[in-house]
Amino acid sequence: MKHLTESIPIRRMPFPDEIVLPLRQHAGRPAQLLVSEGDRVERGDKIAEADGFISVPIHASAAGRVTGIGLWPHPDGSVDTAVRIAVEPFSPQIPRPRIVPHWDGLSPQEVVAAVQQAGVVGLGGAAFPTHVKLLPPDGVNVELLLVNGAECEPYLTTDHRVMVEYPQRVHFGIRVMMHTLGVDRVIIGVEKNKPDAIRALDATRPADLDVTVLPLTVKYPQGAEKMLIQTVTGREVPSGKLPAHVGTVVQNVGSIAAIAEVFETGFPLIERVVSVTGPAVCDPANLIVPVGTKLRDVLDFCGGLSDDVAEVVLGGPMMGACQPDLDAPVVKGTTGIVALTQAETKPKDVHPCIKCGRCLDACPVYLNPQRLGALAQAGRYEDMERARLMDCMLCGCCSYVCPSNIPLSQLFALGKAGLRRRKEQAA
Amino acid sequence: MRGVRLELTAPPHLKAPDSTRRIMWSVVGSLVPVIAVATYFFGPSALLVIASATAGAVLTERLLGDRGSLGDGSAAITGLLLGLILPAGLPMWMAFLGGAFGIGFGKLVFGGLGQNVFNPALIGRAFLQAAFPTAITTWPAQGVPWGQLRGDNFALPLLSPNAPDVVTAATPLGLWKFEAIPTDIGGLMLGNTGGSIGETAGLLILVCGGYLALKNYLNWRIPVSIFVTVAAASGLLHGIDGARYPGPLFMLFSGGLILGAMYMATDMVTSPVTNTGAWIFGVGIGVLVVLIRTWGGLPEGVMYAILLMNALVPFINRATQPRVFGHGRNEAPA
Repeated sequence: MKHLTESIPIRRMPFPDEIVLPLRQHAGRPAQLLVSEGDRVERGDKIAEADGFISVPIHASAAGRVTGIGLWPHPDGSVDTAVRIAVEPFSPQIPRPRIVPHWDGLSPQEVVAAVQQAGVVGLGGAAFPTHVKLLPPDGVNVELLLVNGAECEPYLTTDHRVMVEYPQRVHFGIRVMMHTLGVDRVIIGVEKNKPDAIRALDATRPADLDVTVLPLTVKYPQGAEKMLIQTVTGREVPSGKLPAHVGTVVQNVGSIAAIAEVFETGFPLIERVVSVTGPAVCDPANLIVPVGTKLRDVLDFCGGLSDDVAEVVLGGPMMGACQPDLDAPVVKGTTGIVALTQAETKPKDVHPCIKCGRCLDACPVYLNPQRLGALAQAGRYEDMERARLMDCMLCGCCSYVCPSNIPLSQLFALGKAGLRRRKEQAA
Repeated sequence: MRGVRLELTAPPHLKAPDSTRRIMWSVVGSLVPVIAVATYFFGPSALLVIASATAGAVLTERLLGDRGSLGDGSAAITGLLLGLILPAGLPMWMAFLGGAFGIGFGKLVFGGLGQNVFNPALIGRAFLQAAFPTAITTWPAQGVPWGQLRGDNFALPLLSPNAPDVVTAATPLGLWKFEAIPTDIGGLMLGNTGGSIGETAGLLILVCGGYLALKNYLNWRIPVSIFVTVAAASGLLHGIDGARYPGPLFMLFSGGLILGAMYMATDMVTSPVTNTGAWIFGVGIGVLVVLIRTWGGLPEGVMYAILLMNALVPFINRATQPRVFGHGRNEAPA
């Protein structure tokens, strides 16, 4: 599946006519609006400010004029506040000149502030503000920086291409992170199905740093944070705790390259690499896409969709969300646009559970999805919680292997949401 | 691209190719060679009995089961397996009744596929054993002309079958238990001995079941633990008193052990879902088989061993829940 785009070099996509920037593109509080309708913005200008520490600002990804602020389809399936910018057709799209501080002279707090101001979030999909991870909680001793280049979702090749094409930038980002976190040891974990990425990172390894490139078994969900930590260090992150509790900070390669860019060019995060792939995309590609470009424009640039398209998924096909509306924009956390055909997605008959036990073998966190599924169908949510439902990361492995096609991870997503809602109401 | 119709489904958007249907029909397919060899050894009687048991099972599922549940193949498996563990000379109406009882009381009363506690084929067999103790222990001898019936297969329902004009013989286990006569191991492996229709050809069943294990359609831990336990326990007894207790090879290849271990104990619905549980389940069956065969009143114990362990499966499942990632071994549930 990755073969569709894994050897296609990253290209830059032309600017679309209109950019739509939702204020909520990251985990944490949505950004607070700074512009109003009719304002003229340059590429890279801040249009919304971070709201607190666990939040980041949002920047205009193209020069143009703000034509509207209002509700717009959000790629998570909802409708949310977004800023629409009509892109200036004759602008050279050159960002304002910036003074780039030299990272070496900055204190960790100053690096953290600079990364936050650049709006950098985790580019692996979760979009957690990156600067938060650069400031470990008090009393926690971080010994290892673990760079996540696993990219275990089928079809996606953005991290892969970044590692192959910009290994120096990744290493520079690692250098900045080591300086900020005060760690001496770095391991870059890359699944073995990306030998060119492993070679590229290994060949450009700085001699003065303790950086190891570690080839990993190809096994979904290898790139899930807690799985990766266990594979590399052998330590389990306790349930409900952060990786820092086992002395580790995990950062996705793409985010590290974004940190590097902040200190190389002063550029905020206004574009990202997106894999546009899947059997229903006419001309699959790895593209640098301005954040806020509508899915429709990206797909059009890739030759459009084939006639037998059934689903357009944002992110990987295991955990990504189906898109009802191609007017939704690419956001900072969009790793890929995967278009699947009828052949792959055609609905399958659901049969009774035959207790084959495959879901237990498949579950990476050793839950009993068979029992959880039976409890979910009986509506016994409290019992599901006792059976550790909240440790489920919704990776989809159980649904994938279930020969009876029981929608286990969907039931678990509903159960988790229901339990969370009940807690909020109780609080 | 305007007007493209997009579907919305929950993730994951990809699916492994295996399906319940494919698993069930693969089991049926893997039984075809076993049925063929059974027919070679027991003549047309074998086919008549297997067909009657299957008809009983399938018709009951069709009449009383959920709509469309025939297609999943599980009723066919129950019928075929029941047929394979009956003697060739059994009247067809009894086999039919056994199949109907197995599906009706062994499966449908619990709520259909996936809900039953006991293996339905063995429930059918246990019912027949209780209802018709003589007929079900009348074993035709081998070596009669192929085309000859091995008993009064066409006996009318509820009438005593005519005295069979075919030679009957004890099974190897019966010979050992009641007359202390050993049976040649080569014959046990190939299948030209007395016994139920489909249980005599041990080596062939191992190959067919092995295929299913390779495809991951059965949990290999169950037959392996049964075989190892039976071999170890009988080896120990044989070592203590070789004249009184048969050796491990005889124990493994006689009676219904191999068929039971490969096809009945591994029934996914009635065996543990955890792999640790599968080991416990298999060891339990092995111990019970040796106990019943050695000290019980019956020469054979595979059926009761599996049924007894079936009853323990919910407890085994509960006791062998895996430790969830990130939780301590002794941590109290949240």
